[in-house]
Amino acid sequence: MLSTIEFYRQIYRIRRFEETILENFASGIFFGTTHTSIGQEANAVGIISCLLPSDIVFSNHRGHGHFIARGGELVGLFAEMMGRNTGVCGGRGGSQHLYWKNFYTNGVQGGIVPLATGAALAEKYKNSNALVVVFLGDGTLGEGVVYEALNMASLWQAPILYVVENNHIAQTTPIEMGLAGTIHDRFHAFRIPCTCLESSDVERIAITAHNLLEDVRDGKTPRALVLDTHRFAPHSKGDDTRSAEIIQNLREQYDPLKILSGRINHADIIKIESEVIHEITEAFQQALASPYPIPADKCRLSEPENDVYAT
Amino acid sequence: MMCMPPDTVLKSLNQALHHVFSTDARVYLLGEDILDPYGGAFKVSQGLSTNYPERVLTTPISEAGMIGVAAGMALRGLHPVVEIMFGDFLTLAADQIINHIAKFRWMYNDQVRLPMVIRTPMGGRRSYGPTHSQTLEKLFLGIPGIEILAASSLGDPGEMLANAILQSEDPVLFIENKLLYPLSLFSVRDSGDLELETSSDLYPVYTLRICGAPPPDLTMATYGYMAELALQAQHQLAFEEEIFTEIVVYSKLSPFQIDPLLLSLHKTSRLLTIEEGTLTLGWGAEILARCFEQVGNKIVTASRLAAHEHPIPASKPLEEYALPDTKRIISTVHHLLQRGECS
Repeated sequence: MLSTIEFYRQIYRIRRFEETILENFASGIFFGTTHTSIGQEANAVGIISCLLPSDIVFSNHRGHGHFIARGGELVGLFAEMMGRNTGVCGGRGGSQHLYWKNFYTNGVQGGIVPLATGAALAEKYKNSNALVVVFLGDGTLGEGVVYEALNMASLWQAPILYVVENNHIAQTTPIEMGLAGTIHDRFHAFRIPCTCLESSDVERIAITAHNLLEDVRDGKTPRALVLDTHRFAPHSKGDDTRSAEIIQNLREQYDPLKILSGRINHADIIKIESEVIHEITEAFQQALASPYPIPADKCRLSEPENDVYAT
Repeated sequence: MMCMPPDTVLKSLNQALHHVFSTDARVYLLGEDILDPYGGAFKVSQGLSTNYPERVLTTPISEAGMIGVAAGMALRGLHPVVEIMFGDFLTLAADQIINHIAKFRWMYNDQVRLPMVIRTPMGGRRSYGPTHSQTLEKLFLGIPGIEILAASSLGDPGEMLANAILQSEDPVLFIENKLLYPLSLFSVRDSGDLELETSSDLYPVYTLRICGAPPPDLTMATYGYMAELALQAQHQLAFEEEIFTEIVVYSKLSPFQIDPLLLSLHKTSRLLTIEEGTLTLGWGAEILARCFEQVGNKIVTASRLAAHEHPIPASKPLEEYALPDTKRIISTVHHLLQRGECS
């Protein structure tokens, strides 16, 4: 397991990265939209810190934290969101469509869950030791294909950990209006053992994840982890319908940085934060200085017979 | 195992699957009711689960899920084949096909590959009614990132399938018209009065003309089972009326090259497209548009033949009326030739 200081650094790195995005979005340097995970960073860091390099992570529209926790390059992610040539997907994907080593995201809710399941089965059939972690939100549980995937994962015993980050709100719709029954029962129905954890404490999350991942890896079997979590920032940029008071309350109670800060001495925190701020600023500037892709090179299909449709 | 050379489209496809399973351990099959002794609703998968039980996964009734699972397997280096029992059910997996498998290679900046094949039967004339008889590939034509192939009795449909499974790096939608399955392969027929030209592409374009005939007056462009009807029409027109035509049959519908068709059109200046799907915004519309863009000044007359624009009825006489047949091909050819003379 990582040291407390290292956990703090990783969470703060995601926090500062995403704050930088929100702070600079209005200036127009980022294309499209963004979904930040501010407040939820301990999930990404806690779970991904338990993985081996050969393991595979599937994420979703709110995937920057997962990407950074996996070790993805900060410049590459900034640049991708700025539509630059040096982006991890050359500017083709943007915020929601990232690929880096064994890390995949897509922007359609739930659609990636069967793919993650298939990837886990492939690793099992290849007799590799790799497992898959896929991150879902509570809102994703409205998509039918998720249950098709869970059914097959259980039938065929895929080595995969389903992580539901339950932040209690799907864009603007509170969970009570979008989800009948319980999340736990959904997994239980498919005989996928499910652990629920109400905590933003990265060290608790990591211990829980570590045990579940051992089950998945050694038993070649699916597991589920439901994390009770809280998003402090809007779904996207300026679309939060919750009151400032509610958000303030969440920040006071559930901030993973605040929880960790009681375990680290203040001088270390100051040092980590200044190092990370420097790292993020450098990455941001480097991405900003990199060129835009040339449409004639980038906007063609792989087959030469296809027309260039951007000139 | 004794292995007779296949004489029907069904046997050609089935033997091709056995061949790819025997030569490449990365090949997996997923689909509904594909285990022996049933072997799939149309028997294309027969025998595979007996010979390769660990690589044949009979799935729940979950088209989107199984295509997604297969896509995940492909992302991780396997070569899965998915059998969708009826092509009509592809709509259930549209998000997986359009927003996932067709996107990944490109949107991830060519850093991944998805070698997978979705095979599915399409088409009517079996009285299965509105939701089990459609020709729906037009919904997927033109979507970047997925290749769409259509088997016919021409050439070697099994080889085409095997190439799609083993050689393609990109997802392939492989369309098999249901009426093709029992048909004998063109190569084993007595077709001495026909000249068949095969392009050198991996998925060839076939051009058919009557041997020793005068220059053709009209080109019929088509694919899949409609090629059979076009062949019947070509024969009747030639031997009963001395009207000579050329047929151009596409194996690869999307993306496609128009050039082989233009070669024929240079000779005939008249074009008829024939498809089993509905007319509006269909395959023929794209073919015509491309031809007019390229050689519009050479085209005297052109038309499209397709299914009538309503769901496919179950009742046999109603269904026959809804779909293009040899009679309608011939009458449309007559109409086009008259129009050509008047202009």
